[in-house]
Amino acid sequence: MNHLFEFLLRQGDNALVLGHRTSEWCGVAPALEEDIALANTALDLIGQTQLWLGYAAEVEGEGRTANDLAFRRDAYDFRNMLMVEVPNEDFGRTLMRQFFFDAFQVPWLDALQTSSDQRVAEIAAKSLKEAKYHIARSAETVIALGDGTEDSNARMQAALAYLWPYTGEVFVDDDVDRAMADQGVAPLPSTLRGQWTATVTETLTNANLVQPESGFAHAGGRSGKRHTEHLGHMLATMQTLQRSYPGAVW
Amino acid sequence: MRPQTAALSEAQVWAWLDDVPDPEIPVISVVDLGVVRDVSVLDTAVTVTITPTYSGCPAMSVIAMDIETALAKQGVTDVQLKTQIAPAWTTDWLSDKGRARLEDYGIAPPQPAGGPTRCPHCHSDAVEKVSQFGSTPCKAQWRCTDCLEPFDYFKCI
Repeated sequence: MNHLFEFLLRQGDNALVLGHRTSEWCGVAPALEEDIALANTALDLIGQTQLWLGYAAEVEGEGRTANDLAFRRDAYDFRNMLMVEVPNEDFGRTLMRQFFFDAFQVPWLDALQTSSDQRVAEIAAKSLKEAKYHIARSAETVIALGDGTEDSNARMQAALAYLWPYTGEVFVDDDVDRAMADQGVAPLPSTLRGQWTATVTETLTNANLVQPESGFAHAGGRSGKRHTEHLGHMLATMQTLQRSYPGAVW
Repeated sequence: MRPQTAALSEAQVWAWLDDVPDPEIPVISVVDLGVVRDVSVLDTAVTVTITPTYSGCPAMSVIAMDIETALAKQGVTDVQLKTQIAPAWTTDWLSDKGRARLEDYGIAPPQPAGGPTRCPHCHSDAVEKVSQFGSTPCKAQWRCTDCLEPFDYFKCI
């Protein structure tokens, strides 16, 4: 197994799958400003995808491109965490997920800036600026909706209950993580748990939301062993053009 | 197109590039925006290094094409475009000329404090945020509570 390639796929697939999910709001968000914000967030994530998957393709050395990796792999070849592939459901769940993701990405990318791999460090530095901008909005919106009306509070609490079991996967270190840590490419994800929890607890408290106590975590996305049933449906939409007309360009 | 006979200077290429407008905000040039990071000339071959503002900015491919077209008009056809992402683009690289032109155009220039200091239309400091995001990845939406006009703010990153 090429550990660096696997590691890069995880970074790129997280950004790609969340970017596509977020783009599903384009044109149907609850307000024009939110529509634009969601589309811009999705655009940043797709831009980051190009950087991560572009480097992954180079490291693999099989002549594939970022586009090949994005559009011509099936669900079991994806290495994203499960949380980013579940359906948007409503605006509340979408923003709660974005916040959970951002609360991880900010310290994670910050740490990757000092990676022993120069390209990883460069991509992280570029992406971190965008992640910091994202968390300002996602945290603010979680608080506004959680501490909003009875209805918005109930929806955010429901989003929290649904997403919580998906938040733990990223902190479970595996062979790829250990190889990356040994080579100084990335820290062990488990070492970021304390910082993530502190950010999340503070924001949920300010949002008047009750943090679930369960420590149960769904797993299988990062290794590709077991994705949810939702990823295949998402890819069917996202990849339809390249599946129908392989290699199509315009 | 005119034939290129005299030796090219890097300063000349920079000057030409300063006439290439940003495709989304045509009032400033790609040099004002800080997207052009380096120019090097070897005989008649020109290498231009550019960096993206935001990693997903769709204007980048247009900027690359516009640079090639502008240089071709000056008779420079041996152009190599390089993209680099480090150091990451920052609004600190906006030129003073660019900042002034942005405000004249109705876009509040970026401020380290994270928000515009005044309305670009009436110069009142009574401004409020409408949305953290705007019509392009580099802008946010604000409005003036004195003249009531909405305006774009160039995000500070």
